[in-house]
Amino acid sequence: MTTVEAPQRPPFWRDVRVLSWAFQLVVFALVAFFIYWLVGNYQTNAERVGISTNFDFLDQPASFEIPGSEFSQTQPVRDAYVEGILNTIRISVVGIVLATVLGTLIGIGRLSRNWVVSRLATVYVEVVRNLPLLVIMVFTFLGLVLQVLPTIQEAWTPGGIMVFSNRGIAVPWYEGNSGTVLFLLFLVGAVGWWALARWRQGVAARTGAPSRAGLIGGGFFVAVMVIGWFALGFSVTTPVVEGRLSVGGIRLDPSYFAVLVALVVYTASHIAEIVRGSIQAVPKGQGEAASALALSGFQRMWFIVLPQAMRIAIPPLGNQYLNLIKNSSLGAGFAYFELTQVTQITVGNGSPAIPAFTLALAFYVVLSLITSAAVNIANRRFALVQR
Amino acid sequence: MTTRTAPAPALVWVRRHLFRSFWDGLMTVVFGGLGLYILFRLARFVFVTARWEIISTNLKLLMVGRWPDIHLPRISVTLVVLAALGGLVAGLIHARQVRAGTSAVEGMPLPARASDLGRRFGLLIGAVLLLLALTTTVGTWLTAAGFVVAGVVGRLAGARIGRDRLSRPVIILLTLVFIGVPAGMYLYLVDAVPLADWEGFFFNVSAAAAGIVLSFPLGVLLALGRRSRLPLLKTVSTVYIEVVRGAPLYVLLLLANVSLEFFVPASFSPSKPIRAIVTFTLFTAAYLAEIVRGGLQSVPRGQEEAAKALGLSPVKQMGLIILPQALRNVIPAQIGQFIALFKDTTLAGLGLGILELLGAAEAITQQPDFRGQGLIIESLAFVAFMFWVGSFTMSRESQRLERKLGVGTR
Repeated sequence: MTTVEAPQRPPFWRDVRVLSWAFQLVVFALVAFFIYWLVGNYQTNAERVGISTNFDFLDQPASFEIPGSEFSQTQPVRDAYVEGILNTIRISVVGIVLATVLGTLIGIGRLSRNWVVSRLATVYVEVVRNLPLLVIMVFTFLGLVLQVLPTIQEAWTPGGIMVFSNRGIAVPWYEGNSGTVLFLLFLVGAVGWWALARWRQGVAARTGAPSRAGLIGGGFFVAVMVIGWFALGFSVTTPVVEGRLSVGGIRLDPSYFAVLVALVVYTASHIAEIVRGSIQAVPKGQGEAASALALSGFQRMWFIVLPQAMRIAIPPLGNQYLNLIKNSSLGAGFAYFELTQVTQITVGNGSPAIPAFTLALAFYVVLSLITSAAVNIANRRFALVQR
Repeated sequence: MTTRTAPAPALVWVRRHLFRSFWDGLMTVVFGGLGLYILFRLARFVFVTARWEIISTNLKLLMVGRWPDIHLPRISVTLVVLAALGGLVAGLIHARQVRAGTSAVEGMPLPARASDLGRRFGLLIGAVLLLLALTTTVGTWLTAAGFVVAGVVGRLAGARIGRDRLSRPVIILLTLVFIGVPAGMYLYLVDAVPLADWEGFFFNVSAAAAGIVLSFPLGVLLALGRRSRLPLLKTVSTVYIEVVRGAPLYVLLLLANVSLEFFVPASFSPSKPIRAIVTFTLFTAAYLAEIVRGGLQSVPRGQEEAAKALGLSPVKQMGLIILPQALRNVIPAQIGQFIALFKDTTLAGLGLGILELLGAAEAITQQPDFRGQGLIIESLAFVAFMFWVGSFTMSRESQRLERKLGVGTR
């Protein structure tokens, strides 16, 4: 009778577990040594040149001003960073909304049966997508804003409510109460809209009655905004030209305008391609079924095809949003005071470069992580539930 | 009995594609008007109002920056040699496709092949002819002629070499040629003009090429690291990839501009183009890693299992079976990354003050002859045209390759 030998472990130099850990430790040691080498060099060199390696500069006075804000020179660098981040968020949010709208329209346009529309959309996408963003931005800044827009003396005032000049674009704005109150009002309206829409959709699902979610929710939103507007003493000012200035309304800085237009135009061309691909990925039968139910062309697109296409489009759209946020750093080249520009100026004023830029990088990474987390949540929320 | 005559086909087309309904007709009129207006303004600008002498005067500055005239032939020689190399690659690929029976052009009559080439590269050829028309010296024409001849010779030689299965010595020889010749050309160029002085469009193209080539090994290693079952390796790779992908390239360039010398010993002070290329490489590697990871995921599991069943070692499983298929699947995405990097090389001008094409184009509008005349539009139009022709041609080629590889359809 043969005896079953106990499984022997191989010698350690052929044991996979030992080998894999040894390999990892070697790699880790190499990486650690490399980082150690970099940090060592950095400390030696910083000491030699005599620059600081800590973050004390954040408490120093900034000694520069940020146009379009109440930031004063005596405030610490810390506050300048906050202003920069707010400006980055400001241009990113507006840019993302506009680029999504424009890109979706162009993406749908590319698939239009109308020859002129589809040709025009195709040319737009193929031209803009293959240009460097920086070239577009230089064009919107040096070409569009500084050359095409007139001087303040000859400003265009379409309808008497806006002022276009090379000193910026002034549009009507609210006055009479604080922005926070307006934002809260907006929030109340939006939450009410959402809650009413959910309720109506529930009713529609239970009873089959028409949901009219948009009508009722939107009506509530408009009512809240209008009533709140007058009750809280808001009013509108329109800009007018007075001498060499535009007075009233709110003035968008020329650099804000140029950077925003370039970001929107460029990102929209990429979004258009995503939307087109997603619409084409929706099974053809969906559109045909909608036609068979006698839905109009608009209804077919809005209620049937686009919602399904957007489900496919969310992950790549999220990538474009991340790109837009990161690309807003180019605004630093055009005197728009976002995070990068603030960092560059504070470094120019004598803040230590490496901590300052590292801080900016960390903010961008955090901003990116937040955005991609939001996109992931949206994706999970809208993903098709597979059975 | 009335007979209905069928409307003319053209009329049917117009009905169907332009005036299907009232709203459709309105859109046609509005957007058609807009399109015609843009076309008219563009044509008037290009042929009537634009003052192109700012470009023709500064053509050399835009293309190669302040490269000394006496060393210009070195660029010509490099271009001709690279054309021969490119032709060789095209010939070898063609021969391989003929052997595999997958060639699309084999057996096509010559005129059809010529028109196929014209469709694919017509824009590029047109752009080169335009540039040649703007030049005033014979050297550029000679270079172009040499480029074409070398390309054709290389293509024929490649097809001849690849007619039979390549033997091992030939493969080794070819590998040496493909690594050695570009390296030699680089040494030949920096021997005359140090890398620190590379400028103009020449810088954009070289930096993009260097960035993509150098980032490739790092990108593959990072992708393998991220997919590895070894936790430490996985963490290091993932952190690197996510941090770099979350950071804007422009800020990284600015950081490299002020800080690279702090991280290396003091004796070693990198020049601006080196800073740019190092940043491009480290940045692109993270994106390439994600592309390669996608490729690795697209290889069916059965491939790995089959390789295991054959008793291949883990290194051979990866190197001989999985990685080749993964890399082949992601060639189009890699070209896309190359296009992105090519466009992003303009950031080196803004961030590091290198006189690359866009920087040079802005600088020439400040020359005494052209200052204050609003010629920035002409300048930018030229830059946009150069980048557009390059990117558009590459992206169309990558779409063609995608169809040919049948990614997603196999």
